[in-house]
Amino acid sequence: MKSKKEFDYFDKPENIRKLWIMLYVTCGLTVLPDFFTHRHAHFGMDSFFSFYALLGFVSCAVLILFSKLIGLILKVKEDYYDR
Amino acid sequence: MIGNFPPAAILILGALLVPFFKGKAKNWYIILLPATAFFLVWNLELGSSWHVHFFDHELTLLRVDKLSKVFGYIFTLNAFAAFIYAFYLKDNAQHVAALMYIGSSLGVVFSGDLITLYFFWEVMAVASAFLILARKTDKAMKAGTRYVLVHISGGLCLLAGMFLYISQTGSIEFHAMTARNWGTYLILIGFLVNAAAPLVSAWLPDAYPEATVTGGVILSAYTTKTAVYTLVRGFPGWEILILVGCTMTIYGIIYALLENDMRRILAYSIINQVGFMVTGVGIGTMMSLNGTVAHAFCHIIYKALLWMSAGSVLYMTGKSKCTDLGGLYKTMPWTLIFGGVGALSISAFPATSGFTSKSLIIDGAIHQHMMWAWLVLEVASAGVFLHAGIKFPYFVFFAKDKGLRPGETNKSMLIAMGFMSFLCIFLGVYPQPLYHVLPFEVPYQAYTFNHVIAQLQLLMFSGLVFFLFLPLLKRTETISIDTDWFYRKGLSLAVTGVTSLCCWVARLCNDLFIGILPGRLGAFTRRPISALVTSYMRATGEDGSAVKAFGKQMPPEAATFTPMGVPVVISLVFLFSLVLVFAFF
Repeated sequence: MKSKKEFDYFDKPENIRKLWIMLYVTCGLTVLPDFFTHRHAHFGMDSFFSFYALLGFVSCAVLILFSKLIGLILKVKEDYYDR
Repeated sequence: MIGNFPPAAILILGALLVPFFKGKAKNWYIILLPATAFFLVWNLELGSSWHVHFFDHELTLLRVDKLSKVFGYIFTLNAFAAFIYAFYLKDNAQHVAALMYIGSSLGVVFSGDLITLYFFWEVMAVASAFLILARKTDKAMKAGTRYVLVHISGGLCLLAGMFLYISQTGSIEFHAMTARNWGTYLILIGFLVNAAAPLVSAWLPDAYPEATVTGGVILSAYTTKTAVYTLVRGFPGWEILILVGCTMTIYGIIYALLENDMRRILAYSIINQVGFMVTGVGIGTMMSLNGTVAHAFCHIIYKALLWMSAGSVLYMTGKSKCTDLGGLYKTMPWTLIFGGVGALSISAFPATSGFTSKSLIIDGAIHQHMMWAWLVLEVASAGVFLHAGIKFPYFVFFAKDKGLRPGETNKSMLIAMGFMSFLCIFLGVYPQPLYHVLPFEVPYQAYTFNHVIAQLQLLMFSGLVFFLFLPLLKRTETISIDTDWFYRKGLSLAVTGVTSLCCWVARLCNDLFIGILPGRLGAFTRRPISALVTSYMRATGEDGSAVKAFGKQMPPEAATFTPMGVPVVISLVFLFSLVLVFAFF
């Protein structure tokens, strides 16, 4: 073992918990201004409350699920081309 | 006096002297070359040009306008940083190849005619291949060969298009193309091969991740971005490019999410980013073209930065698969921080360069009321954060500690990464110098309250999805089938298929002409009557044993009891008598 103690902040479960809370709080904070301001809509739908938050959430979820699905067909073993 | 010296010449001629320098002098010399070239680009006067007479044509080796200059700046700037990064490297072959490659990319952006452009285009393809081959692994050799073949095919397409275009218009000048015919289509396809457009994109994630550590950094910038330049110059406002670009943005994300190799993730994210630029070209307004150029500029910086941090990890650990990496934040904190700046920039976080450049393209779509293009670009922006913004740093530096303790990478690499990180943040908070060198004068303000809030919402919730869906994103030791399947597997399958088809035909012919026909024909000549009758019986559906029995009943025919010689003698006598008749009567 090294004499100097290694920086391992991100390995500790209690810190991970703190980070999760921070993530939720930050997400909440970004939506907060939508209560007070009105966004100028370019296409109608984007004036909707927390539109960009929803867009980010839904599109990423769909992207992940879709890639997972298409991965069933596209993913092959690493030596696929050497066989 | 130095006013109109082509910057490409400095690098290409300078490359020839590299082997004569020894030790650290070599590396200093190589860093000096792009710095000088940057200075030359800086001093080029707008509107100036340099012509050379070549057969019946006037070649334009230098055409200086705002568009070529801005690409000149970023190409030389990036080369400068890349060679600082490569300060540890002694390999002449890599340095010469890199200088030729970067030099000819400058040649492309400053060329004013198609012939000069084509010449430098092909030099780029060949020189860049050496940055892959120099890795000297079996995989790299094969990938490098495929890379060259794809680019030569693309180059031939371009050449064919050029011939048609020149014969139709009678001009070799390269400017915005308006005619829609086979000439311009083929030129467009040639350019799109290098831009890694859908169906012809697989060369990029196939070859770049096999390149050397510094080769990857250098390759990430030039081939695709010279293609973006040629599209901006030649095909602004071609609507098809909106479709092509939007497809690229989504395609890059999906494949990057499937990937395990960190440099392959970054390779797919190049396709995603070039997709934004190609869309900007397709929209074709001054604002969106400015956006494309600005995004190319910033992209080169943050993408090189990302490749540098991935390169450092590969250099220190010898590993590049996410399944082998993890927990490196403990021993490579600076690489993590710089890579993190690159990751935030590519995700277009406010205060980074991606935010100030990508917004121009998206606002370009909004101004043209292109709802679908806008929506796809916003979805893709969210997806960028997923695959390049979080996935890359998370799986390499955090995730599960794999027990790797490589220590921090070498100083020159850190300096180069620090320099690029500075540029990312500088252009993010103060983009005016960049906006000033863009091709069109369009006033733009990226930082409005609503825009910043919208972007933060988009990104933070994308981040939230990443961590909520983490179990689904678990890395597997796999690769993904891309369109290179067609020439890596499909072609050999096709060859096997054609070969077995030919064998089958040959066997059939053998059976028919050697095995069956002579026997049947022989039967006809030996026993013509019984053969005819039995064939008739078979044809009318008599059953086999009845036919056989009939064959046995038949009395022997002439052919069976006359020796073979008798008919021969008869015919000879007959022929001889004929000869006699004609000779004497």
